[in-house]
Amino acid sequence: MGVVFERPKSLTQQKFHYCPGCHHGIIHRLVAEVLDELGLQDRTIAIASVGCSVFAYDYFDVDAIQAAHGRAPAVATGVKRSRPESIVFTYQGDGDLASIGAAEIIHAAARGENITVIFVNNAIYGMTGGQMAPTTLVGQETTTSPQGRNPKNAGYPIRMSEMLATLPGASYIARTSVHDPKHVRETKKAIKEAFQVQVEGKGFSLVEVLSACPTNWHMTPVESLEWIKNEMIAYYPLGKFKSAEEAK
Amino acid sequence: MAKVSFREELCKGCELCKQACPKGIIEMGSHINAMGYHPAQVTDMSKCIGCAFCAWMCPDVVITVEKEGKA
Ligand SMILES: Cc1ncc(C[n+]2csc(CCOP(=O)(O)OP(=O)(O)O)c2C)c(N)n1
Ligand code: SF4
Ligand code: SF4
Ligand code: SF4
Ligand SMILES: [Mg+2]
Repeated sequence: MGVVFERPKSLTQQKFHYCPGCHHGIIHRLVAEVLDELGLQDRTIAIASVGCSVFAYDYFDVDAIQAAHGRAPAVATGVKRSRPESIVFTYQGDGDLASIGAAEIIHAAARGENITVIFVNNAIYGMTGGQMAPTTLVGQETTTSPQGRNPKNAGYPIRMSEMLATLPGASYIARTSVHDPKHVRETKKAIKEAFQVQVEGKGFSLVEVLSACPTNWHMTPVESLEWIKNEMIAYYPLGKFKSAEEAK
Repeated sequence: MAKVSFREELCKGCELCKQACPKGIIEMGSHINAMGYHPAQVTDMSKCIGCAFCAWMCPDVVITVEKEGKA
């Protein structure tokens, strides 16, 4: 019998600290599978962010830097410009990327930095205990919107992918989900395309992955899959908003 | 013929593999592992088709899948 699925080499043997059913683990694995398949492990540098994935440097078996909250795209810019032969990616949550780091991500995309961003949107600040994020859905209950997000005082959730895709500097922007095996496959394909854009020197690439935080959503992992499918995708449509061919 | 194996010590009992299995052959064990979770297991391996849907969904990289006829 031959192996059809095993742990990718670009993951260390370290056990993930994530909660049961947290999709960070699926997304880590997909990034590692892509690095394996494209043969990039030896020349990749990961930029970890602040959030539940703060220990990403322990999980990816590549060189890594842990950036200050929201600043991963700026750190990645410096690393990539000084080591253009390296493959540089950031791994950021929605609080990190869309809130405190909004300026950094917009300007890295606007400058067309040749980096790849893995953007994990779970519509909440997971690490700090489930506060409202810029991406929290209208009506979604969080510790800081116990009555549900009210757009009258909290505004509307930001569709980062659509917004970034308006920038001429952005080359590849896609939104995917990992709520079932078919979508896991599509997410892997998008992550692969994003890294290929960087390998070919074609500029800024980002994959936004809709991701479950069962703990702070107060759902079981299986219920969380349904919530992504029925609630999140309704506001955050899946698709490719920009491909390298149509960039500029 | 196909075979799935679980690194039981890594399993957090989230049931995403069970939910994904098209053959309905994954169940949670009645025992608990060192982390205190009921780990996933296969009830009837002869029904496994080696699709690896379980492994694709597993957030903790617990599962390895082998299949007859694959290099
Ligand atoms: C400068 C600074 N401000 C605030 C915090 C507190 N903080 C830690 S993680 C986090 C948000 C994490 O949310 P997200 O990026 O969505 O990641 P998740 O945990 O949901 O994956 C915040 C506000 C911090 N660590 N540093
Ligand atoms: S709090 Fe949420 S995002 Fe953080 S590890 Fe737990 S499930 Fe994952
Ligand atoms: S490989 Fe497919 S059939 Fe076999 S246990 Fe996993 S999901 Fe079920
Ligand atoms: S998906 Fe993985 S962690 Fe979750 S129950 Fe199945 S084997 Fe265990
Ligand atoms: Mg988050």
